[in-house]
Amino acid sequence: MSEIAPAPLPGFGVGRAMRRVVGRGFPWIAASILLLVLVCALGSPLIAPHAPDAISLRDAMQPPVWQEGGTTRFLLGTDNLGRDILSRIIAGARISVTIAAYAIVLSGFIGALLGMAAGYFGGIVDAVISRLIDIQMSVPALPLAMLFAAVLPPGEAMVVIVIVLTYWTWYARIVRGEVLSLRERDYIALAKVAGVSTPMIFLRHLTPNILNIMLVLATLQFGSVIVFEAGLSFLGLGIQPPQVSWGGMLADGRNFIEVAWWLITVPGIAIMAACLASNLLGDWLRDTFDPMRRQL
Amino acid sequence: MNAPLLSVRDLKTHLFLRRGVVKAVDGVSFTLDAQETLGLIGESGSGKTMTGLSLLGLPPKPAGRIVGGSIVLEGRELVGLDEDVLAEEIRGRRIAMISQDPMTSLNPVFSVGEQVAAPLRAHDLAQGREAADLAIHELGRVRVPSARERSGDYPHQFSGGMRQRVVAAMAIACQPRVLIADEPTSALDVTIQVQFMDLLEALQAETGAALLFITHDLGVAASLCHRIAVMYAGRIVETANARTLYGSPAHPYTQGLLDSLPRLGRRRGRLTAIGGAPPDALRLPAGCAFHPRCPHATDRCREAAPPETRLDDGHIVRCWLHEDGS
Amino acid sequence: MRRYILHRLWQGAVAVVGALLIVFVAQRLSGDPVALLLPMDATEADFEAMRSALGLDRPLPVQFVVFLRDALLGDFGHSYLWNMPAMDLVLERLPATLELALAGLVFALALAVPLGVLSAVHRGGWIDNAAKLFAMLGQAMPGFWVGLLLIVFVAVQLQWLPAYGRGTVGHLVLPAIALGWYPVAAMTRTLRSAMLDIMQSDYVRMERAIGLPERAIVWRFALRNAAVPLVTLIGVYFANMLGGAFVIEVVFAWPGVGRAVVEAVFARDFPVVQAGVILAAVIFVVVNLIVDLTYGLIDPRIRHE
Repeated sequence: MSEIAPAPLPGFGVGRAMRRVVGRGFPWIAASILLLVLVCALGSPLIAPHAPDAISLRDAMQPPVWQEGGTTRFLLGTDNLGRDILSRIIAGARISVTIAAYAIVLSGFIGALLGMAAGYFGGIVDAVISRLIDIQMSVPALPLAMLFAAVLPPGEAMVVIVIVLTYWTWYARIVRGEVLSLRERDYIALAKVAGVSTPMIFLRHLTPNILNIMLVLATLQFGSVIVFEAGLSFLGLGIQPPQVSWGGMLADGRNFIEVAWWLITVPGIAIMAACLASNLLGDWLRDTFDPMRRQL
Repeated sequence: MNAPLLSVRDLKTHLFLRRGVVKAVDGVSFTLDAQETLGLIGESGSGKTMTGLSLLGLPPKPAGRIVGGSIVLEGRELVGLDEDVLAEEIRGRRIAMISQDPMTSLNPVFSVGEQVAAPLRAHDLAQGREAADLAIHELGRVRVPSARERSGDYPHQFSGGMRQRVVAAMAIACQPRVLIADEPTSALDVTIQVQFMDLLEALQAETGAALLFITHDLGVAASLCHRIAVMYAGRIVETANARTLYGSPAHPYTQGLLDSLPRLGRRRGRLTAIGGAPPDALRLPAGCAFHPRCPHATDRCREAAPPETRLDDGHIVRCWLHEDGS
Repeated sequence: MRRYILHRLWQGAVAVVGALLIVFVAQRLSGDPVALLLPMDATEADFEAMRSALGLDRPLPVQFVVFLRDALLGDFGHSYLWNMPAMDLVLERLPATLELALAGLVFALALAVPLGVLSAVHRGGWIDNAAKLFAMLGQAMPGFWVGLLLIVFVAVQLQWLPAYGRGTVGHLVLPAIALGWYPVAAMTRTLRSAMLDIMQSDYVRMERAIGLPERAIVWRFALRNAAVPLVTLIGVYFANMLGGAFVIEVVFAWPGVGRAVVEAVFARDFPVVQAGVILAAVIFVVVNLIVDLTYGLIDPRIRHE
């Protein structure tokens, strides 16, 4: 019965457009969005039309340009202090990307290292690390974040630590499984017999084999981290003013929810776009590297 | 002469796949009388299961479609009937099917009693408590021991043979006139097979239903069927009374099938398999589909498909070898 | 089944102890735990009393055992802000959180079940494509932002529903949508793929062959089979909604556990944070246990194992 697959339906109109969006080709739109976010992050002072913290009460609460009363000086409008939303979005990208970069590299490194150790050595090492993963996963991520937010001073470092503590299990679990199957391969056994040192085996033989899956995880984690950080900053537990973050902008905008819809709409769209792009690209990478691993 | 209970004429069911069109059933004709058992025999992929599903109006969706022919049951044309009408008035009610694998044909999360009662409720023959009692009665009819106690049990608590009986109970619950049994015993142990065949025969005698018995096993068919139709590549190549077919098969394919059958009293080493492989369903050979494997193939066989030739009463064959003799 | 439940109970106990360990470690990591557990205006005498009460002069493992014992006796410290036992304070807020989480779950299921089933039944059709698009976008929209948008457009501009606080059913609608938003995508996808497999199964073919109406086959006979993977997800997300509705509760000024914990974080009222985290871990374990028991209700094969 596996033979039986429907004939391709003739594509037209909305259906075809949707299929293109959700289809399997390289996600150009997603990649472009991510590139844009990166460019904003790296060159924010150069790109931003205004200084993100330049206060100008005369220009306060300008709506976006397409709205009645908007001006081309402030394409996405201004907030209650007359700060340019577009410039703040660009500046916020910098923080988001910086946090995400640190968090991804650290949680990836720690998770991969522990996962590799658990999978490679097995026995007591595996037992301890696996138990650690179990414990970590038995507490939902957000309460844990609250706990560390309560004991650590707020700021970027705290956000990174909380994210790393939450996400290292992602990598550890999957890398462990991967290494468990790699360990049985002949060339690993040969390397061991030939007297290659353990760090060398990790570096030369295990690492190259888990790079693909790490890349997929990191891409998917990017979007997740952006949302996580936004949530913390929105609560006021993450990035602290005067630093600009998308979550913090949402918190500021919340006070003017009845008069200025753009203050909460625009930063949210930035978060959504970055997250969407990272999900799409991550899905595509996963399908491309390993179509069998759809459950990831 | 009375009109047959079921009469299928030139039935065509095709599968529209990405890679092309499979003519799974390509001009099948046969009749079935009440009380009669017709064996439909062929290799896997010959279209016998698809024929059975077509009778129910259930070619596999979305690829399969009945593209031509007619199915007349008790004077009523079934091809082209509305899906709802088919479900309400035909499936389970007039024609029912016992499917191949008892291990996967029962819904794992409903008790067998509920599953046997479901068709009764769906066809509005009984409701509530009455339907449950009838279901127990049906389970008793298919000789499930202590049916009342076991009707609350779930499929995984039954053995393969017992599950197949439950499937049979679902099929006969609404007293259908035609029962299709699609390789009902191929997944069972030999002793259980024999028991189930006996049960089928008994049920048919009790209900007077006609039985379309689909199998690839000529030996099994011989013990049960009055008439036999042999299918090859979507067509019936030979139809005859069981005795005639086994005694004097007319089609080279039937002959090949019979030669490959181990028989008592035959010397060992004479078992011959039919040479070559079944044809690619997407690229059937031109002319007679069997010609690449046929020892008697001629140029005519490669060019045109043979018509039906009536040899004697009820013995019909599609082969150029017999065209002249008619 | 009984042995399985016992095993899961044991695992749950280990998980709760693990959570307590994490809380304990966090407490000690912060430097002087006494500073966390006492109000800012505490005197030196208070500090001394607390130190000896906590046994901080004793080795760490002993301290953990003491901490565990207190936890088992239900003592998670005292909220200095509200002058009551921290766990009581959190538990007092639990009904509000439970109400919201249930409403969120109902919203998620009300959307995900029809979407998942219909997109499997009409695979490749417009519902399927729309559901895919919706799932893709939905997963990228943080629930609290959805909440803010709902407040702006539904509560403020259209004035259909109240934006803040708890009280009437109307108060429940917007926060429930925001909270139930995120799980919809995953639930829809899981249900769709389960239903796709089931609708191809032999037993569905058999059910068709005996003339059951397609609607009954889909919504009764097939759906109950698809419920097992769905229940797993329900458990995960429901536990998260109960234990982690921090941002949503703050957005809608919902007087639940999450908001209490966030307020406690700001007030440096650590015992309350600690109680909230432990409660979340216990809820997580309990919900998962209920999920395990539900499997047995749905699937007789699991029940008879």
